[in-house]
Amino acid sequence: MRPVSYSRVTDVATAIATVAADPTSAYLAGGTTKVDMLRIYAEPSQRLVDINDLPIDHIEVQPDGAVRLGGLARMNDVALAPVVVDRFPMLSEALLLGASAQLRNMASMGGNMLQRVRCSYFRDAEAICNKREPGTGCSAIAGVNRGHAVLGTSPHCIATHPSDAAVALVALDAMIHYQNSGGHHAVAIDDFFLLPGDTPEREHPLNHGDLITAIEVPALPAARNSLYLKVRDRESYEFALASAACALTVTDGTVSEVRLALGGVATKPWRARKAEHVLRGAPATRETFTRAAEAELADAVPQTMNAFKIELARRTIVRALETLTARGGAV
Amino acid sequence: MVASHLPDAVQGPGRVDVVLNVNGATHVVRIEPRVSLLDCLRDHMNLTGAKKGCNQGACGACTVWVDKRRVVACLTLAIACEGREVTTIEGMTENGSLHAMQKAFLSEDAFQCGYCTPGQIMSAVALLAEGHAGSDAEISEWMSGNICRCAAYPNIRTAIRDVRDGVGGVGRATG
Repeated sequence: MRPVSYSRVTDVATAIATVAADPTSAYLAGGTTKVDMLRIYAEPSQRLVDINDLPIDHIEVQPDGAVRLGGLARMNDVALAPVVVDRFPMLSEALLLGASAQLRNMASMGGNMLQRVRCSYFRDAEAICNKREPGTGCSAIAGVNRGHAVLGTSPHCIATHPSDAAVALVALDAMIHYQNSGGHHAVAIDDFFLLPGDTPEREHPLNHGDLITAIEVPALPAARNSLYLKVRDRESYEFALASAACALTVTDGTVSEVRLALGGVATKPWRARKAEHVLRGAPATRETFTRAAEAELADAVPQTMNAFKIELARRTIVRALETLTARGGAV
Repeated sequence: MVASHLPDAVQGPGRVDVVLNVNGATHVVRIEPRVSLLDCLRDHMNLTGAKKGCNQGACGACTVWVDKRRVVACLTLAIACEGREVTTIEGMTENGSLHAMQKAFLSEDAFQCGYCTPGQIMSAVALLAEGHAGSDAEISEWMSGNICRCAAYPNIRTAIRDVRDGVGGVGRATG
């Protein structure tokens, strides 16, 4: 493991000032990504600033019905919070279907948004990788790419975004709140995650020292009828091959409200706007659902080993929509 | 914005004194900040119950509790546990006798090679405290972070059910 130095902070302002002042420093929250990356030499030595004592781990209902999740709230605590289970089942399910009980006790919501990709070439410090060393090339495109993305890829990077929770949050139009020496800021989550394009090393708009303080999930009554459907190689403790976060309301047989985002198939948590467009106002039938899924996957680009993901994603979308329709999406 | 407090002094990257509370006892170790809680327990405290399987958070053999929550010790830095309460399998005995879950693992033959067992037991006891042992499916899901290459899973579930239902000692090994 890389050598590190360490200090602990207990308030947000000190945390930000400490990290901002030292370009070699980084925040240490749950450590489930950070310690791993340092151990496998995929990140350079750092001065770790332990932020686990910062008072930003609360889960709070706002007056307008939004729920504010502290940046240091742990995955398990968010997943099991009654207000999340009740109002945003897709988020609770996405969290609980991710990682393991131990990792969910450790990992923070802010860290979940910033977790690094699981591409084996990115994580192999000996391999060529544009995300780790810009301009060197992508090993995955001509390599073992069964788990890689089919949407949002570029000739420079095809790594799949690994988060489940972020998929639900993208469907829910969450806001990422962060803080730096200039004050408080917020960015829509769909703008927070960047496509790889020509700069796969840049995954989000945060600058060094910016600290995620909260994730705000706006009120969405339709989300009470929502789910996270995750398809993977084994039943638990595995990343998605394809997943769908979906909320649905059907009125008199017609889709009146829908939110849909995909995981496991794209380089960022993928809001399925094309599918939503097909679905809104259309009859809640398998024919419509299939057409919506096909519209979303029309631009998918398969690699040598992952063409199956396109059909898998289509079926995942259809099954999610049918399940919600049968479950009570009709009003 | 002005920082309201000075940060604690920077420690490392060389060795520093770290004070840890493990199983109710205070230990002082001299380690680099990069040392994981797992390596600290095994190599610096002679507490070798927690096992190193994958060393990347994938197998659960190193499961311990920090402030009563189960975590993987391989992805936890020892220095980050200063001021927190660490519990390992060595701390599970009660007045010199095995914990009910340890007895149940023995009586139900809930292991073969035994390498994953300390982690399984630390997860299993936490599982009951969390209230996630309602059904076999729920036990399987909430124990999925503990891999057993001998595939003793059915017996592990039985041991957990025994303790949940207070029927320890009725397993095949003693029956």
